Amino acid sequence: MTISRRNFLKVAGAAGGVLLAGGARSARTAQVPQTSSEGIEFNGMLIDTTKCIGCRACEEACNEANKLPKPSVSFSAESVFEEKRETTPDAYVVVNRFPNGKNPDKPVFVRRQCMHCVEPSCASACLCKAMEKMPEGPTVYHKDRCMGCRYCMISCPFDIPKFEFDSASPFVRKCIGCYDRVAKGEQPACAEACPEGATLFGKRRDLLEEARKRIYRNPDRYRQRIYGEHEVGGTGYMYLSAVPFRTIGFRIDLGTTHYPELTSGFLSAVPLVDILWPAVLFGFNYLISDREEERGKESGDEE
Amino acid sequence: MKSNVTPMPIPGMPAAPDTGTLKGFLRFLAQELKPRGKILTPFNVVTGIIILGGIAIIAVRFARGLGAVTNLSQAYPWGIWIGFDVVTGVAFAGGAYILTFAVHILKVKKYEPIVRATVLNGFLAYVFYSGALLLDLGRPWNVVNPIIGNAFGYGSVLFLVAWHFLLYTLVLFVEISPAIADWLKWVKAKRIIQKVTTATIIVGVTLSTLHQAGLGGLFLTAPSKIHPLWYSSNIPVLFFISSMFAGFSMIIIESMFTHRIFSDRLDEAHRASHNKILLGLAKGSASVMAAYLFLKVIDLTHGHQLGLLLTPMGYWYLVEVAGFTLLPLVLYVVAIREQSTRLVQGTAILTAIGVILNRLNISVIAFKWYEAVRYYPSWMEIWVTLAVISMELWVFRWVITRMPILGAPPDFTAEEKTLNNLGDGEVVRWKVSSSWKVSAS
Repeated sequence: MTISRRNFLKVAGAAGGVLLAGGARSARTAQVPQTSSEGIEFNGMLIDTTKCIGCRACEEACNEANKLPKPSVSFSAESVFEEKRETTPDAYVVVNRFPNGKNPDKPVFVRRQCMHCVEPSCASACLCKAMEKMPEGPTVYHKDRCMGCRYCMISCPFDIPKFEFDSASPFVRKCIGCYDRVAKGEQPACAEACPEGATLFGKRRDLLEEARKRIYRNPDRYRQRIYGEHEVGGTGYMYLSAVPFRTIGFRIDLGTTHYPELTSGFLSAVPLVDILWPAVLFGFNYLISDREEERGKESGDEE
Repeated sequence: MKSNVTPMPIPGMPAAPDTGTLKGFLRFLAQELKPRGKILTPFNVVTGIIILGGIAIIAVRFARGLGAVTNLSQAYPWGIWIGFDVVTGVAFAGGAYILTFAVHILKVKKYEPIVRATVLNGFLAYVFYSGALLLDLGRPWNVVNPIIGNAFGYGSVLFLVAWHFLLYTLVLFVEISPAIADWLKWVKAKRIIQKVTTATIIVGVTLSTLHQAGLGGLFLTAPSKIHPLWYSSNIPVLFFISSMFAGFSMIIIESMFTHRIFSDRLDEAHRASHNKILLGLAKGSASVMAAYLFLKVIDLTHGHQLGLLLTPMGYWYLVEVAGFTLLPLVLYVVAIREQSTRLVQGTAILTAIGVILNRLNISVIAFKWYEAVRYYPSWMEIWVTLAVISMELWVFRWVITRMPILGAPPDFTAEEKTLNNLGDGEVVRWKVSSSWKVSAS
């Protein structure tokens, strides 16, 4: 019910002339939903960076499951860790190595892929619903709808969607949470392949419980923070860490407002402007036409 | 449209014997399409080479993908084809809505002589910039998806922008069509168009409001990527307001060139009132710029970003806001007091640079300012941009030298009388050819 009250206030505010501002930035999401609007529990993943050994089995499994081209450097090569990698159109998940502030002998490995936001910015940005949040949790990509405008890339706070710039018929590519595999009752390929249990697949609600349990039981081992619990309104894929998240490649300045909220104020003013503006302008026009006639002037050749 | 051609007049092609029949119309068109005047002028040669080169680059882009000709990357998905061609170009097309509003809604007759040129400018800008947008889309053949409705992304600002973009281009076409009717001497068609003028303009102003604001609204979804000095929840309002002075300054700049180049097309009334018009535009521009700067200051202080001004990006921000918005505002005020049209024209150029800087800052320069490897446009991106502008100038010149855009529209009183004598009960039909008169008698 708070939502409808907020919308009401927004419309009222817009009518009062605040119009396009919406005050979106300061708005906070009260609670991150754990289910879709249909009541289906969101799936998610819990990635425990304290357990990851950087074996890159997830990368290899992802490559096979999504039938991506084989990389030039083998999945067992350690040389890839020499520089920080981003996902690419041909690699939906990449593991990066970071120096460990707590224990210099044991570097931290962090995998990077789509976070499957609870309220994804890419899906709300897409004007033809090529990016779509599924009720089960993952954000998938419909290649037949996409027009290649790349607004999803502009909007994604994690810079995950990648574009095939070198193709004459390019698509946007990113992790889709192995949607088909999960629908068949299997786990996403990366979670199934992980030998250390560092990647845990399950219901987002249960994973949060598991994450909290780990932090309570091992307060010295973990930071008191679950990355993705509240970030940008909650993400489906969440992380645990022993060291500050900012030291292992995470942005900690993203805030807890979900991104569709940033434009909802503006968008809610749109129908209002579309209706009120013509009414006001027609009024102006009649007012001025009448006055001109009274003055005995010819009101012109237009009307 | 009927398929049996010749002497039969086809619907939609009425009026004078010349253009009332398909054959006559085609002959007229063929004759009008022929270039006039000297062909090998320096302007034609330079822009011709730019256009040919641009077409070659565009061919490569469609054969081998965007990566082959642009410097776009995974970190910078949008470059100057969006940031300059679309985002900046549309701002400058804002003159059309603001001027039609003044003349037709507020009935400020003073600006009537420049309405057609401004609307033409706006229409061509929209046509060519949406064309440029197609070059940037990865899968332009899917551009109809959000229009035909196989998947409506209602929640997207871009969806709003696309629809308003399309509809406003149609509105601009209707707004410029009286000039086309004058050119073809389609008297009845012109009368029908004039009946819907007011409604069209009101729809146009509404669409422009949201469309200009929406282009800014696109960047609301990138709070963590745009430098805090430029990111604001007020971006839509700022874009809307600045499109007004962008429009004003573009009208002033455009008239500088048209008055010099097409002086033979101007009538005396237009020439005589021009100084007054320029000073009026300067006043309009100055007051809007004051409001804009006020909002900018509020953003700056409320966001507690004053400290950021003393960083390299802060200095760059000051160049844009103080150097190319505040300074032109002051100069406009001086020009109005001194009644100096020269100064108005110079200031309009400064203002335009300020708008370009602002749009490029938000879409390209202050976008991911923290990235180690920055985007800068490739020579081919710049070349294609110049080619798009050149093509627009060619079409602009073609229209100006053939249709009554700058001078007074032709006098159709005689033809109007014939129409009136035929009675208002006549069903609206867009043909006044000889065969129409037979059937009406």
